[in-house]
Amino acid sequence: MKLLEYQGKHLFERYGIPIPRGRVVDSEEEIKDIPLPCVIKAQVTVGGRGKAGLIKEARSEEEARRVATDLLGKRLKDIPVRKLLVEEKVEIDKEIYLSFSIDTSKRAYLLMANSLGGVDIESIPDEKIVKEWINPLIGLQPFNVRRVVERLNVAQRKEIYDIISGMYRIFKDYDCELVEINPLALTREGKLIALDSKIIVNDDALFRHPDLVEEDEGIDPIEREAKQKGIAFVRLDGNIGVIANGAGLTMATLDALKNYGGDAGVFLDLGGTDDVEKVKQAFQLMKKAKPKVILLNLFGGITKCDTVAKGVELVISEEGIECPIVARIKGVNEEEAREILKNAGIEAVENLHEAARLATEFAKR
Amino acid sequence: MAIIVDEKTRVLIQGITGHQGTFHTKEMLRFGTKVVAGVTPGKGGAEVHGVPVFNEVKEAVDETGANTSLVLVPARFAKDAIIEAIDAGIRTIVVITEHIPFHDTIEIVHYARYKKVTMVGPNCPGVASPGKAKVGIFPNHIFREGNIGVASRSGTLTYEIVDSLSREGFGQSTCVGLGGDPVTGLNFVEVLEMFERDEETRAIVMVGEIGGVAEEEAAEYIKDHISKPVFAFIAGRTAPPEKRMGHAGAIISRGRGTAKSKIEALRKAGVAVAEFPDEIAKLIKENT
Repeated sequence: MKLLEYQGKHLFERYGIPIPRGRVVDSEEEIKDIPLPCVIKAQVTVGGRGKAGLIKEARSEEEARRVATDLLGKRLKDIPVRKLLVEEKVEIDKEIYLSFSIDTSKRAYLLMANSLGGVDIESIPDEKIVKEWINPLIGLQPFNVRRVVERLNVAQRKEIYDIISGMYRIFKDYDCELVEINPLALTREGKLIALDSKIIVNDDALFRHPDLVEEDEGIDPIEREAKQKGIAFVRLDGNIGVIANGAGLTMATLDALKNYGGDAGVFLDLGGTDDVEKVKQAFQLMKKAKPKVILLNLFGGITKCDTVAKGVELVISEEGIECPIVARIKGVNEEEAREILKNAGIEAVENLHEAARLATEFAKR
Repeated sequence: MAIIVDEKTRVLIQGITGHQGTFHTKEMLRFGTKVVAGVTPGKGGAEVHGVPVFNEVKEAVDETGANTSLVLVPARFAKDAIIEAIDAGIRTIVVITEHIPFHDTIEIVHYARYKKVTMVGPNCPGVASPGKAKVGIFPNHIFREGNIGVASRSGTLTYEIVDSLSREGFGQSTCVGLGGDPVTGLNFVEVLEMFERDEETRAIVMVGEIGGVAEEEAAEYIKDHISKPVFAFIAGRTAPPEKRMGHAGAIISRGRGTAKSKIEALRKAGVAVAEFPDEIAKLIKENT
């Protein structure tokens, strides 16, 4: 779960990391008694807000209200702006980048720092980034922090030390995949202030953090429904709905389609299930996405082919499926599955190449 | 020989009394695996398909000589179960459980290494050495004894590939499911090293997917250390960036982890990369 900037800053505040004075509003009427001049920042979790014109400045309350009216309701990558963070404008002398993340190949925590903050860390040459790996069993040690502080070349050593320590505590306490401050501003008065926050909490650990509430960002309602039902569903650009069992197999099916000129519009991983009800739910979700054709690719094991076929048959008989279905069935109980599908009017093929070719043909009709 | 699991493997199943545990105990026994014990706290004294159930791992190890554990417990209890197994002297741990919190996994992985325990997974289908032992949830019927070593980040896609290898007459020495999470106990490099040393293995098949850099690291390793022929399939060539494709680890993030980068790295290292899962058998025929 990605926290919005203001949610991350609330955590910063609790952990002693300085943030600008400001408040969150969701309508222009709430804009009063604000620090001036101010910066008004759209609260969305997708990147690129600055470039998209979703971070603006204002010198008076009246101007701030105008800006707020303009920003609320705008969209960035389909995500509507529903909240704004109105903050005091900070005069910046120097910008610093700080983050804690996980290095998956070293399987260690990674502390990164750089005194060219404010830009995308990916665009900074690797040798200019200060990196410190932390053993997860031992945790952050004072020497780790000292090494980083030393290389940042900033006079406010004690303050930076405390900020890094606070970030690490958030990283651990909240099961984070990322805690990033970019930029940490050194102001003209010599103060350090976190101007932005980026925090990603591991979804699998959310049960330990009932205090975190996911902001409704108006994400794709079908994707949301799928998430609630524990089905992996990703919307893509094409018009073929792909259902398979297992993430790798579903991806491989998307790739196979491309080889025959077809484009998937939905990635739906049925997972390992032997429950007719779950199969029904998957097809109902797929129907909502309105693909031109559905490609079902099954390799039966724990998920038995006939169970899936029964689910498909039920959806067809109870509510109907408007688009054609191409099925490729292999593995446990494939004969039974083929029979069931045949009675429901679907001819199953055995080969992925054939299925991908057929689905592409239907999609182009 | 084979790697990780073989005829000396004595399996203990953590979470044996659940629906999954009961089903897979039966399937593993059918495969010929020596399933010697199960552990479910509070259910000690019970039996599952003739396998005795204990309350704690230490007790089970002392009584039955179990040396390998299969972890099927729910995600939020997995860390506890795995640390218990490591402290009880289990040498190999195969973690099937999906959705274990990331910070738990990273701690477990480090603790296992510190104690020199081999940990496979999490979020994996297990390890199988046909004719010897299966510690996992793969369907039994796909395997055939032979000398191809398989390492994979995927589940069902591996079944599909192993099945097509078996049908084409290419049996397997060992098949290792590495797991679909961003951090796993074993990565490709470690398993490649084991297959290189294993006399029974003549060729290696890697099944990778988008996300992370495990395949690129494997490619580097293959150049200098692997003398056996390596074949690969990489899933996710058409996956969009910043979307998690089913597995927690299958995500192209900030431009890293694309299938293209993996395929190029592997090809440069002399690995034959298949376009379709069923092409691997053909590639092996042509190149061995």
